[in-house]
Formats: sequence, structure tokens, C-alpha cells
Amino acid sequence: MTGERIVGQSVPRKEGRDKVTGAARYIDDMTLPGMLYGATVRSQIPRGVIKKISFDPQFEWSEFVTVTAKDIPGKNCIALIGDDQPCLADGSVNHPEEPILLMAHADSHLLRQAADAVSIEYEPLPAIFTIEDSEQRSQFIWGTDNTFKTFLIAKGDVDGIWTKADYIVEGEYTTGAQEQLYIENNGVIAAFDREQGITVWGSLQCPFYVHKALMALCNLAADKVRVVQMETGGAFGGKEDYPSMIAGHAALLAMKSGRPVKIIYDRIEDMTATTKRHPSRTRHRTAVSKDGKILGGEIDFTIDGGAYATLSSVVLSRGTIHAGGPYYWPHVRIRGKAVATNTPPHGAFRGFGAPQSLFAMERHMDRIAQVVGVSPVEIRRRNFLKPGQTTTTEQTIREEIDLGKLLDRALELSGYTAKKDRFAQENKAGPIKKGMGIATFLHGAGFTGSGERYLASAVGVEGCADGSVRVLVSSTEFGQGTNTVLCQIAAEALGLPYEDVQIAQPDTNQVPNSGPTVASRTVMVVGSLVRSAAVGIRQTLIAAGTLSSSYSPEEFRAACRRHIAEHGQLRSIARYDAPEGVYWDDHKYRGEAYAAFAWAVYVAEVAVDFTTYSVKVEDFVALQEVGRVLHPALAKGQIVGGVAQGIGFALYEKVVWQNGRMQNGQMTNYIMPTSADLPQIRVFFEEMGNVHGAYGAKGIGELPMDGPAPAIVNAIEDAMGTRFDSVPLLPEDIFEAVSEAVAADGNR
Amino acid sequence: MTDSSENRGKCEISLTVNGKAKTVRVYPMERLLDVLRQELGLTGTKEGCGEGECGSCSVLMNGELVNSCLVPALQAADANLTTIEGLAEGPQLSALQAAFLECGGAQCGICTPGMILASCHLLNKKPEPTLHDICEALSGNLCRCTGYMQIFDAVAQAARRRNPA
Repeated sequence: MTGERIVGQSVPRKEGRDKVTGAARYIDDMTLPGMLYGATVRSQIPRGVIKKISFDPQFEWSEFVTVTAKDIPGKNCIALIGDDQPCLADGSVNHPEEPILLMAHADSHLLRQAADAVSIEYEPLPAIFTIEDSEQRSQFIWGTDNTFKTFLIAKGDVDGIWTKADYIVEGEYTTGAQEQLYIENNGVIAAFDREQGITVWGSLQCPFYVHKALMALCNLAADKVRVVQMETGGAFGGKEDYPSMIAGHAALLAMKSGRPVKIIYDRIEDMTATTKRHPSRTRHRTAVSKDGKILGGEIDFTIDGGAYATLSSVVLSRGTIHAGGPYYWPHVRIRGKAVATNTPPHGAFRGFGAPQSLFAMERHMDRIAQVVGVSPVEIRRRNFLKPGQTTTTEQTIREEIDLGKLLDRALELSGYTAKKDRFAQENKAGPIKKGMGIATFLHGAGFTGSGERYLASAVGVEGCADGSVRVLVSSTEFGQGTNTVLCQIAAEALGLPYEDVQIAQPDTNQVPNSGPTVASRTVMVVGSLVRSAAVGIRQTLIAAGTLSSSYSPEEFRAACRRHIAEHGQLRSIARYDAPEGVYWDDHKYRGEAYAAFAWAVYVAEVAVDFTTYSVKVEDFVALQEVGRVLHPALAKGQIVGGVAQGIGFALYEKVVWQNGRMQNGQMTNYIMPTSADLPQIRVFFEEMGNVHGAYGAKGIGELPMDGPAPAIVNAIEDAMGTRFDSVPLLPEDIFEAVSEAVAADGNR
Repeated sequence: MTDSSENRGKCEISLTVNGKAKTVRVYPMERLLDVLRQELGLTGTKEGCGEGECGSCSVLMNGELVNSCLVPALQAADANLTTIEGLAEGPQLSALQAAFLECGGAQCGICTPGMILASCHLLNKKPEPTLHDICEALSGNLCRCTGYMQIFDAVAQAARRRNPA
């Protein structure tokens, strides 16, 4: 596309100046007069009946406000998809750290002593902590079968393919929990007023999720609940559902005390009590022809949802749909299942199920390559989806995507072939073994299936009295660049300078519901609506005769000012309209799963040190097709940041569980990559002319989380010749595998 | 609370913050981070972990980089402190602030003040750092958004601007 002035430029981040000067206002930077501080007393056991809650009579309780489940004015649940998660445990607990009691005081230093002065007696019940325990059903901890949700994708005739196969390749792959580890902990402030109802300010992704939850919990009408997003210091999915819980707690304390209440988690509370990436187990059984073509197969994808359903069904959905990777499966049966365990509920984290099932798929492709006797490159090339073919859900690929070409470019950029040959020689001597690994994958943008139709998002653009323009959305900025890109789109659509467009603070009283800020949907789906709404403003002014069809920015400003002076306001609302002819069957899980896919080939170069068993990623090439890149610096930032999190997922970040509780909930013992741990992450975009969303952009945010873990583990196998099918893969895991191999050799 | 209980156990310390002399009444073992944020209203300094691991609360104390969550208030008596609020001269951003803005060095922004102070400390000690110097100098400041590459770009760019070849 040509002639665009603002889209495609790396304009300054809208709120960037405030962020580099320290002026940006996060929730902990805000105080209200008379404000109390709130704290949460939580379950110390994974499962049991609460027998008694007692308050130490020696402790001075008079200045404290306390809240239990019986103080809840509405329904004791965090309304989300299902309503099974209580806001405060009432009678029983189902996971460690489950909230039981709330307290507030004007002096935050006294809260810990007060929490220590509460004792809770339990009658413990047997608990389960793993997918396997949950499946064995020795205990029923949720529903009648410990199962939150199942999906079945069935294409063709899988049962008929096994006899036609030259090879049947099986594998089992697992991934661990991962903490989002935004640097700003969760926090909110709630204030209650009999006239106005509840107002919550917070660090959050989805203002209208919190709004919905508070209406049910506090038994208030929609217009008596207001949710305002403050500047948010990272989220990555981790502030998608849990802020509704914290907001609920602060709201209950505020309603009971009549004073504003601030709850800010410290790092340990945030890490041990709030959501993480779902642990997963994937089993593959694949029928392959002698020339390396996938004939068909079965995939069983299972995730551990923790104690309550929360978002598990949708995480499972995305993971199940992505389980077949970017390959053509003539016949396939994919079973997805989310099970209950007595751990805190797992939740959203960038990628949302796809990094788990794609890790399995991409490890399995390397295994198939070995069995067939072709290279990892060749096995992928022979099975890539091509335009006109269908995905596992029988969605026809209509995009002009050439995965072979993408693969060739990634191999060239990474020097794959030459390095692989060189390492094969060099690895014969010395303690450092090097290897190359690739991952090829896709990521669907926007809500799955009918999701966008159900959401029916709305977006506003309004003219202001000074002639400038403001974008009105509930879509939130938490680092990705929402503010900047949506303003770029509006400015482009209106032919105005970027500086003439601002974006409103997300406030449920002020902005329409443009949906949650999740699922790589903001630029593609919300961005398109911003463009439509902006065009609506222009059309209004032209139709009113205040603006001619070609205008200068100064003429636009004058027309805008005049229109507002005469009519009071100038506002245009655009609503999501599902494209026609899009077929999706929610029951059979068949049809157009996503409006668009992003595609990628990632190449990792690793060095394994046989003295320390540590792995260093020495080079990383991330090549992707995401449609049009609207802001090169932000897009690069999304990819590099996602790859860094993916490297953490693969090599560093291990949640240590004991009786369902995270034992290493600190930054000192849960290790994320530092600036000294990462390679140069080299980012490349390939635009293949696929036009979606506003000005041609597809989703980008989650994609980079999918590829690093399998690319790195594939590279480790290439370096060592040892197979690893689990992440995280820490030096002690590698040491153990090597020791076992040595012992096995000795016993032979 | 009564005035006397409010002040019980507290002591008065004087310090210079961003070039201005300040006197505050604090508990001796109160965290410098809380003194800055709550007593002095300088909320640009952020708390990430409260245990000296993430570097979000980094400030310069007598020219050295410290995690203000680990510094007791008493230790900051008579010290000369620089926080993120002290870097820009009026509306004019410092070279580092401008470079972070231009290069995409700030995403969610919560680590940014600490990251800029750590970079400032590096450039004060080493005006022409190599990439390796930058990686090392910032390895005590965690960023979950950027993967650090654009932060490195920003520091390198600010160094070039401060030291025109």
C-alpha cells in the first residue's frame, strides 16, 4: 500500500513521555483521602472444610474492618464464563492461597500482624495435584468427573489410516506452569458511595470483565459500577481474570467500611495466589508415509486448570485448534481436555494454550523426521499447509501464504545449513556442543470461532471542543502499544497529524465496550472498528456541510469545533459486524476458527556446556508474516519480548510445587531471563500481501511465545543427541538425562 | 493516631533529592523507597519485588546505583539522591529519556525509571560503553516486556548523542 503517512511509521508512543519521566500514574501511585489498606487471609491447605475462624482476643481489632463470605451483598462468585469460583471461601477450600477473609486498616504495616492473629481450623481432605491424579479420579474435586471441558476435532477417517502407514510415530510431551511475572504486581483501589455505587481503579486488562464481576458480587446495577484502568505495568494475560477477584475484595471492604480501600499484592502473594500458564500434556500418534507425508493421526491435549474453571475452556479451545501446527492433516482426531486439580486456578498467559500444544507438535515433527530419515527442514516442507488446503477444523486457507519460502528465508538468515555442518565437526571435541533447531508455526488472531460475533464490540471516535479527536475504547495499554497504534489508525483514516488524535483512559463510564484486550485482537479487530468510527466522523462533518471532501487538518479542526459548538457533540460509534459466509460450528468444532493466522519460522542456535549442563541460546532468528506492520518499532518490541519470554519458558522458569502451592514465588528463586542471558534476537517480517484488519494488520502479540521453546529444545537435541520432551529444561534435568544415559551404557 | 504516637520512634533526617534539600521524619529502618514515594511524593521510583532482585526501585545515591527497597532511611541521611524525576530539565528530556522514547526502550514503563537510572549510572562511569558493557550494567534490572534489545539500542544511542564522534 502507498500513500499512507502515519501507518507504517514508528511514531512516538502516546504515553511514552510520561513513562520515561516517571509521571505515568500506576495504581500504587494513587491515594485517596481516608483510604484504608486491605489484605487477604488465605487458605494454608489445598483442600478441606473450614471448621472455625477465630480472632485472637488479645489483639486490638477495633480499628480493623473484616469481611467474610457472609458480608457479600450479591452472589459469592467471580462471574466470568462459569460462576464456580467463589470470591471468598465459604465453608470449604479447594486450593492453597484461596481467599477466606479480608481485612483493612489505615496503617498498612499493621495488616500482617492482624493476619497472624487470625487462626483458621480445617478438616483437611485428600487433594490431587497432577493431570494423572485428576484423571484417575481417586477424589472428585470438581463436578462429577474432575473435567472442566472437553473438545473433539474430527476430520476424515482416522481409523482407516493406520494400515496404510509406513511408520507410526508416537510421543508424549509436557510443559510446565509459567508465571507471567509482570514487574508491576496486581493492585486496585475501590471506593463506595451510596449514590454513585462502586468505583474501582486498577492495574488490569479487561475493564468490562471487572464490571460484570462486580455487578454480580455487589448486587449493583450496571450504572452503579465504574471501572477505570490505570497505567498498567505489564500483564501478558495475567491481568485478564484475576483483577476481578482483587477488585471484588477491595469493593467488599469499601462497602463495609465506607472508606476507599487499596489492595496491592506484594511479589510473593502475586506469584503464589494468582494465575499462571496451564501445565500441559500432549500425546501424538501419527501415521506417516515412507516419503515423510503425514497421513493422519491422533492428538490428545490435556491441560491442568487448577481448582476452578475460570478461563480453562477457552485456553483449551485455542490449544486444541493449534495442536496440528501449520501442517496439512488429511485425517485427524484431536481430543482436548481441561482437568481440575487442587492448585490455584491457571489462567491466561500470552499464547493461551497454543505454546503448549505447539511445543508438542514441533518436537514431534523432529521425531517424525528421525523415524523417516529426513531432515527437520525437509519433514516440515513436505507437510506445510498450502493455500486451498484445509486446517484440522476444515478451515480453507485463503491467505497467500508460502511457508516454504518463509522457511528458506529463515534458514538463510540464520546460516542454518552451514552452521549445522560446522557444528557436526566441532562438536566432536571439547565440552561445548552446539546445535540448530527450528520451529514453524501459526497463531490465530482474534477470538476463536463465534467469539467475536458474541462479543459484538463497539468503538467510538469523538471530536473535541478544541478540534482534536479522541478514540474511545475499553482496549487497554499495558506496554504493547494499544494507545499508539489505535491513534495512528484514527489519524490515518481522518488525514490528521498523529498529534491531533488522543485516546481516552479506559473508564467504563466513558468508553464503549470494545471487548477484552486479549487474543491478539486489538489491532486487527478493534483497529478496524476505530477506522470505521473515524470515517464516520468525517462523513458526519461532510454530510453536515461543515467540511468539504478534501480538507486540510486546520479545516478539519475548524469544522470539528464548529460542529460541537452547534450540536454539543460529535461522536461516531462503530460496531463489529461478522463477515458474511463465515462458518463455525461450536458443537462439532469445525469451520473458520480464526479470521486470520499469523505465520512464523523461528531458528535457535544453542550451545550446551557439558561441564555445567547449562544451555546458552547464542543466536535467534524470528521471521514472521503478520500482514502489514503498522508500527515497526512496536512490532519488533512485541516479537523480541515474546521470544524472551519463550526462552524463559524453555530454559529458566520453573514453578516448584508442593502440595499445590508454589514454593518459589520470589524473583530470587523463580528465574526469568536478564539482559545478560539473552542472545541477539533478530526479528524479520515478511509481508505476503495478506490484508486483514485496519490497513492490513493481523494479530502479533501472542505469536512470538509459540516458537522459542520447541526451536530451542530441537536445537538441544541436535547438539547433544539426547531427546527432551518437557519444558522447562534446566541444567539439572540435562545432567540427570546424561547421567542416566551413562549409567545405561555402563549396564549394557 | 495521636501526634505523639505518629512520631514515636521516628527520627529526622536531611537529604538532597534531585538537587533540593529535604528534611523528613522517618522510622530509621524504613525503606528509602517508601520515604521517596510516600514522604516526598516521588512516585516515579517503582517497587517490583521488594527484595533487591528486579531493580525497579533503582536510584542514584551519592552517584552510586542502589536498590532503594534495600536501603534503610537512616543510611540515606545527608545523602545526595537522584531519582527519575530529577533527570529532565524542565520540558527537555535527558538524552537517555529521549533515546528510550525513540528506540522503544519503554513498553509497560514500570521498569523504565530504574532502567534509565541504571543506564545513567553506566554512562556516568563509562561514556562509551560496548554492547557487552550495557548488558552487564543492566543485568540487575529486570524487564519482562522488551527482551532488552530496544533498551540496549536506547543506551547506545544516548551514548552517541552525549559523545558526538
